[in-house]
Amino acid sequence: MKIHEYQGKEILRKFGVRTPRGIPAFSVDEAVKAAQELGGKVWVVKAQIHAGGRGKGGGVKVAKSIDEVRTHATAILGMQLVTHQTGPEGQKVRRLLVEEGADIKMELYLGMVVDRVTQKVTLMASSEGGMDIEEVAEHTPEKIHKVFIDPDTRLTDADADDVAAKIGVPAGSIAQARAILQGLYNAFWDTDASLAEINPLIVTGSGDVIALDAKFNFDSNALFRHPDIVAYRDLDEEDPAEIEASKFDLSYISLDGNIGCLVNGAGLAMATMDVIKLYGGSPANFLDVGGGATTEKVTEAFKIMLKNPNLQAILVNIFGGIMRCDTIANGVVSAAREVKLSVPLVVRMKGTNEDLGKKILAESGLPIITANNMAEAAERVVAGANAHAARK
Amino acid sequence: MSILIDKNTRVMTQGITGKTGQFHTKMGKEYANGANCYVAGVNPKKAGEKYEGIPIFGTVKDAKAQTGANVSVVYVPPPFAAEAIWEAVDADLDLVICITEGIPVRDMIVVRDRMRKQGKKTLLVGPNCPGVITPDEIKIGIMPGHIHKKGRVGVVSRSGTLTYEAVGQLAELGIGQSSCVGIGGDPVNGMKHIDVMRLFNDDPETDAVIMVGEIGGSDEEECAQWIKANMKKPVIGFIAGVTAPPGKRMGHAGAIISGGKGTAQEKLAIMEECGIKVTRNPSEMGKLLKSVI
Repeated sequence: MKIHEYQGKEILRKFGVRTPRGIPAFSVDEAVKAAQELGGKVWVVKAQIHAGGRGKGGGVKVAKSIDEVRTHATAILGMQLVTHQTGPEGQKVRRLLVEEGADIKMELYLGMVVDRVTQKVTLMASSEGGMDIEEVAEHTPEKIHKVFIDPDTRLTDADADDVAAKIGVPAGSIAQARAILQGLYNAFWDTDASLAEINPLIVTGSGDVIALDAKFNFDSNALFRHPDIVAYRDLDEEDPAEIEASKFDLSYISLDGNIGCLVNGAGLAMATMDVIKLYGGSPANFLDVGGGATTEKVTEAFKIMLKNPNLQAILVNIFGGIMRCDTIANGVVSAAREVKLSVPLVVRMKGTNEDLGKKILAESGLPIITANNMAEAAERVVAGANAHAARK
Repeated sequence: MSILIDKNTRVMTQGITGKTGQFHTKMGKEYANGANCYVAGVNPKKAGEKYEGIPIFGTVKDAKAQTGANVSVVYVPPPFAAEAIWEAVDADLDLVICITEGIPVRDMIVVRDRMRKQGKKTLLVGPNCPGVITPDEIKIGIMPGHIHKKGRVGVVSRSGTLTYEAVGQLAELGIGQSSCVGIGGDPVNGMKHIDVMRLFNDDPETDAVIMVGEIGGSDEEECAQWIKANMKKPVIGFIAGVTAPPGKRMGHAGAIISGGKGTAQEKLAIMEECGIKVTRNPSEMGKLLKSVI
């Protein structure tokens, strides 16, 4: 689960990380009021969306008067902000963060993830703040310093001071940097985060160390113990199809192709997308119905896929293990009837009660195209999608 | 022979009283030598009771002491599953197979850290995996037993149904399996491809291996380098997720391309460099394996 920058900063402050003073705003008037309340002479108006790269997309502006705050807030609020993470259609800005301006002398980078090889939380720190860290990793990997953190000791004073010095924090500011590094780790660990980033972390002209940005992702498996984090969820930032699917315990991800896929198991679902591509088609979604698919779940899955205006065909690929093919066949038939299926449907079933499942499909009287293996299924669904698109 | 488990393995089910634990313990008991293999269940509140004739104990230590069980399978719900794994490790079992899906990553970091620091010898398969099967001997986990057939091909995979797909293709070609191991789709887990590959390499009754991977992490790459240097048997591979977009978690928590790393293309390229025959067509895993034996 992702959250907004201003929410991430609320968390950081709870863990003793210093951030600029700021107030979230949901309208232009609120933004102006926020700037007046903060006082001072310089403010930053920042678009709050879940994607990164907001500055380059025109979603972050500096204002030197209250009038400018109003101008920037008017321009940013409601805009379709396009960044390298939003896709070409962009994301609508519905919230702003108004902050006091900062005197930036030095921009640094801090990030935290779980390293799969060492199976530890890993701090990544770099002198190259403000940049895309993936580019730093590719071109100048020697500028990224890593600390693999022992869960028993947490981030030690010695490790924190050492890494702070390595990324160029001046001697007089090391104590402040240590508090931020340890605060970031404690926030990450205590909230079950899966990713945390402060980019940039700045050192001001007077030597203060401040988190100018905050990005958090959380482990969805651990949300049950963090109701305060769940309260930060912003459904406006999520794909409506994915939200709808999650209500029925379906794992769904929208993609940009035209062939809907309904599969049991994440690995098989990915492999099904791959084989569609291999035969010249393009998947419209990833969809794992899981191990306990019922008629109701299959019907909901069909409804969600059919809401996609680009859809030209559907491929159902099931390997029946504990879940039997006849159960799925009944689900497919009843779903196809209920939703009045308008696109070609190819079904491939294998495993437990395969013959019974095929019989149910054949006797349904529905124009269901069957296939014996994944390659055949892919070939037939691609042909079906092309023919359907041509008829339109 | 086989790897990890065989007809002499003695199993306890942790979480034997839950719906999933009950169902799959019954299925396991009915498969091949299962009636002799499944000897105990664990539930702290139901010690002294029985399920399907299997005695239930309050702790893993009790179950081990009284039945000689050396392997445990965990179906305990996610919030308590990591602690259940630790209980089995602390009792010095040979192997823990954790089926539970949805365990917080932080809980797994803590358990894995404790296992390393205390130098525990217990092996862990999973979590979030289908389990392990040695056909015609024993089945521990949620895979359908009847699609498997005894033979000499090893299968190791991060995914459940995609493993069944590989096994199904082998069956159509009349090829049986020595053991099939599902290592699971979570980012912090127990045995990795490389650990299972080592066992297959040393198993005199395994002639070749199918390695099924997916996007995310670098396990397949590490395993490929090890194969290049050490493996005496042919290995073929498939990686799911060539079409997966970066930054999106494809069902499994571990199946995510992040920071441009862990793509299927990159994994396939390294595997090929290391002498592993790979296919980009998931319906040709069986055929490709047949071509190398």
